[in-house]
Amino acid sequence: MKVVALPEYCLGCGLCEIYCAAQHDGWNGNVLKAFKKGKPVNRSQLMGSSQWCWLNTCMHCTDAPCVNGCISGAMQRDPDGTVYVDTERCVGCFTCVMLCPYGHVRPWQEKHQVIKCDLCRDQKGIPACVANCPNGALQLLVEEVDAG
Amino acid sequence: MLLKEGQVRIPSGCAIAGILNQQGEGFDGGKIISCIANMHQRSNGLGGGFAAYGIYPEFKEHYALHIYFDCKETRANCESYLNKNFNIRLQEPVPVRKHERIKDAPIIWRYFAQPKEEKLAYEQLEESEFTARAVMHINAVIPGAFVASSGHNMGAFKGVGYPEDMGEFFRLEEYKAYLWTAHGRFPTNTPGWWGGAHPFTLLDWSLVHNGEISSYDTNLRFLQMYGYRCTLQTDTEVIAYSFDLLMRKRGLSLDETIHVIAAPFWRDINEEKVKRLRRVYASLLLNGPFSIIVATGNGLVAVNDRIKLRPLVAARKNEFLYVASEEAAIRVVESNPDEVWSPGGGEPVIGLLNGREKLLDIPQCNGPAARTA
Amino acid sequence: MARSIMTPAFKIERDEDRCIQCGVCVRQCANDVHHQDEDGWMWVDDEKCVACQRCAVLCPTRALSIKEYPIDFRSNQHWTSPTIREIYAQAESGGVLLTGMGNPRSYKNFFDHLLLNASQVTNPSIDPLREPMELTTYLGNKSQNGSEGEKPQLELDIPIMFSAMSFGSVSINVQKSLAAAARELGTFWNTGEGGLHSDLLGYGKGAIVQIASGRFGVHPDYLENSAAIEIKIGQGAKPGIGGHLPGEKVSQEVSRARMIPAWSDAISPAPHHDIYSIEDLAQLIETLKVATRYRKPIAVKVAAVHNISAIASGVVRAGADILVIDGFRGGTGAAPMRIRDNVGIPIEMALAQVDSRLRDEGIRSQASLVVTGGIRNSADVLKSIALGADAVYIATAALLALGCHMCQMCFTGKCNWGIATTRADLTKRLNPIIGSRHAINLLTAWSHEIKEMMGGMGINAVESLRGNRLMLRGIGLTREELDLLGVKPAGE
Repeated sequence: MKVVALPEYCLGCGLCEIYCAAQHDGWNGNVLKAFKKGKPVNRSQLMGSSQWCWLNTCMHCTDAPCVNGCISGAMQRDPDGTVYVDTERCVGCFTCVMLCPYGHVRPWQEKHQVIKCDLCRDQKGIPACVANCPNGALQLLVEEVDAG
Repeated sequence: MLLKEGQVRIPSGCAIAGILNQQGEGFDGGKIISCIANMHQRSNGLGGGFAAYGIYPEFKEHYALHIYFDCKETRANCESYLNKNFNIRLQEPVPVRKHERIKDAPIIWRYFAQPKEEKLAYEQLEESEFTARAVMHINAVIPGAFVASSGHNMGAFKGVGYPEDMGEFFRLEEYKAYLWTAHGRFPTNTPGWWGGAHPFTLLDWSLVHNGEISSYDTNLRFLQMYGYRCTLQTDTEVIAYSFDLLMRKRGLSLDETIHVIAAPFWRDINEEKVKRLRRVYASLLLNGPFSIIVATGNGLVAVNDRIKLRPLVAARKNEFLYVASEEAAIRVVESNPDEVWSPGGGEPVIGLLNGREKLLDIPQCNGPAARTA
Repeated sequence: MARSIMTPAFKIERDEDRCIQCGVCVRQCANDVHHQDEDGWMWVDDEKCVACQRCAVLCPTRALSIKEYPIDFRSNQHWTSPTIREIYAQAESGGVLLTGMGNPRSYKNFFDHLLLNASQVTNPSIDPLREPMELTTYLGNKSQNGSEGEKPQLELDIPIMFSAMSFGSVSINVQKSLAAAARELGTFWNTGEGGLHSDLLGYGKGAIVQIASGRFGVHPDYLENSAAIEIKIGQGAKPGIGGHLPGEKVSQEVSRARMIPAWSDAISPAPHHDIYSIEDLAQLIETLKVATRYRKPIAVKVAAVHNISAIASGVVRAGADILVIDGFRGGTGAAPMRIRDNVGIPIEMALAQVDSRLRDEGIRSQASLVVTGGIRNSADVLKSIALGADAVYIATAALLALGCHMCQMCFTGKCNWGIATTRADLTKRLNPIIGSRHAINLLTAWSHEIKEMMGGMGINAVESLRGNRLMLRGIGLTREELDLLGVKPAGE
């Protein structure tokens, strides 16, 4: 399972990032509260300009380099195939950041950890970015992909 | 003030019945009266009538015009019109008997007539078209006059009352016809005059009908384009003119005509020809509940709307074909039929005299009709 | 340049308690209304707002609302606020006032004064969930007697088509959405006078291709790759005048489809310069029939003007197989405001009169009648058919389904909804997959409603409603209006 971005329909509005941020770290999708009370951090990142843009998100590779290379066992794959970071175990070595072929996994400097898409696995339903894209530019695909 | 039929549209529920002797042997009106009387509850005394074929064999070359007048002056007025346009061989009052339940009967006369040759030449019309237009002219233009029937060797007997009373009033036991149809009416308003009763007729056509056509205005406005004047505002009139347009003027077969008025659903049509008919005559699809019996001198056809929203039963016994709204009405005159069936929606019951192949012998067509009667 | 004497038309209210400075509004406004400074503060420029509501719809915290500007002029029934503002605008610009979409004025709306019938007791209503209910409609000349051959016909599964909107006036994604929706729905879309974009060649057989006075994009393959050909004489929003696609909308792609130089103004003349009278129209119709070997119906579209019944009769006698009438509420991508708001007559009147006239002349079967211009919902469709139409075209309703918010600024080319624009960054805001789904949903919903209403009337085929004016009653209409519409008053 993964989220696929379709640049031909991406508006660059940034709602994906906003809802992504508000979906994590206990904000429970409450955008107003998340942004008024805290500094929520989005997992996936919008790239490009308004002419040509897309959401850089995790491919959840079947043979994922980030999982293979993790030195602490923090980077894991759940039975559904979703690749996620166990923040209890992440030591901030950033090996995964360097290994990710899509440039998706990135450092979370404040916590000295890494941050990445987890397909909103703690929530029910489809990922927040897909649910809130106004133009169908993000699609949830169930087929699996290989790294590289 | 209540408006009379023609000034207002009056929906009706009804009973209908028809009996045909396919060998063309005449039988008196007692049988059809019993048949329609058995469905007494389907009418309410505000309209009843009969059509009889084969009753004037001595005048079979003439148009038999049954005409109702509200007063003597109207009759004089109408006769002067008739005399100008027709050679009249015989004119006489239609015999009636005094009946306690029949009131306000008009003056009823019959005329056996043929269009004048010079008139046909002058109008460049074939005689049936000329006569049809004369009928519409009388009904539309001469106030107080109404042509109840105008065919060859046939007549309509109808008025305000229960059909069985109407049969007694018109002394139908004295006529011998090989084909009878009957109608008992349950209008939802007071028709007020005799012209509005059924059967409805034009030339050799007669029609009895049970139902209310939801497509009335669509059908009417299409017919008006081809010169038909619908003076009664009844569904029956519209149905009769649809048959006339399709079969007499356009030369469609009975089968094709049924495919128009009770068109199958698009999904059920396989033949391109049937699709074409439905496209071209979309405005003559009779939509909404009806069962009708259409008769001519050659026989009858009974048919339901395409989803059978009104009752219709048919039966056979030897040379007799029976059709009626209810099976009981058939059983009361033929207790042991060879065959009884209930035709499906849009599925016609056709009965023709032996040796006849068509419901209507079509005279030479005269091209598209001009616009005025 | 002096400071404008106008106040803004709209005021944007930002609820600071809700705004999270995310910047979605900034990124979405093509009119540059919103901006965020280096300190993160949000600013608005009310003057530039057209009330398209893009920002308010996308705002994740619903912090934005748009209102009409609160300081109005002193109350005056004659010199109303829009009247005064229009004078200011012309005083400052010296130009013709331009506008988009249909006539918004409060003229009497006859659809809203017509009521539909239903069956009770004397005949049964029909339940569309249990019984077949047919909406199939054929457009074309049906004057033959049924046993001979037949003129070409268009088969529609629903009596609703998508009206002409050219590529250039609308984005390619609008055409992609409607073309795909038309195919799925079993109906047709119309290219408008803009040629056929190469991406849409596969949708040609589902298209009615238009030929208008500019002849843009017309070539043999264009005519051949179509379901029918429509000669556009006039448009309800701007009868009597031509069209003007400003050069800035004539992108490379538009230029290729229209076969004109890029970035040059595309001007459709007011009349066709080869049609100065009805006999010229007859020649063009015949020419097109010959060019397509009598295989395609030829439609002629005219605007509803005062003398419409005589015009209609002439057009039908000139050989049109389909007559399209566009009422004075019809939309446009750009029209002079005075013309849009003051020229033409209501489609209901034009339709009723034309249908009656063609019947009186005995030529109603020679052409199908399609009406357009302000059809808002399924009831308007049904009322149009009962008045005498074979089918309707919709355009504004279709654009609303695609996301249009009726700001009426189509002519600027800066449509924030990706509809009336040719800018690539704006065009992609309309995803044709979503667009076509919405258009399909809309017409599917309408056809359910039409079937329910028809069933209520005891009618199970749409042709039995056509011209069936007994199924209509007027309410709140004068005797003359009732007579013109050919309907009885409610209660009679």
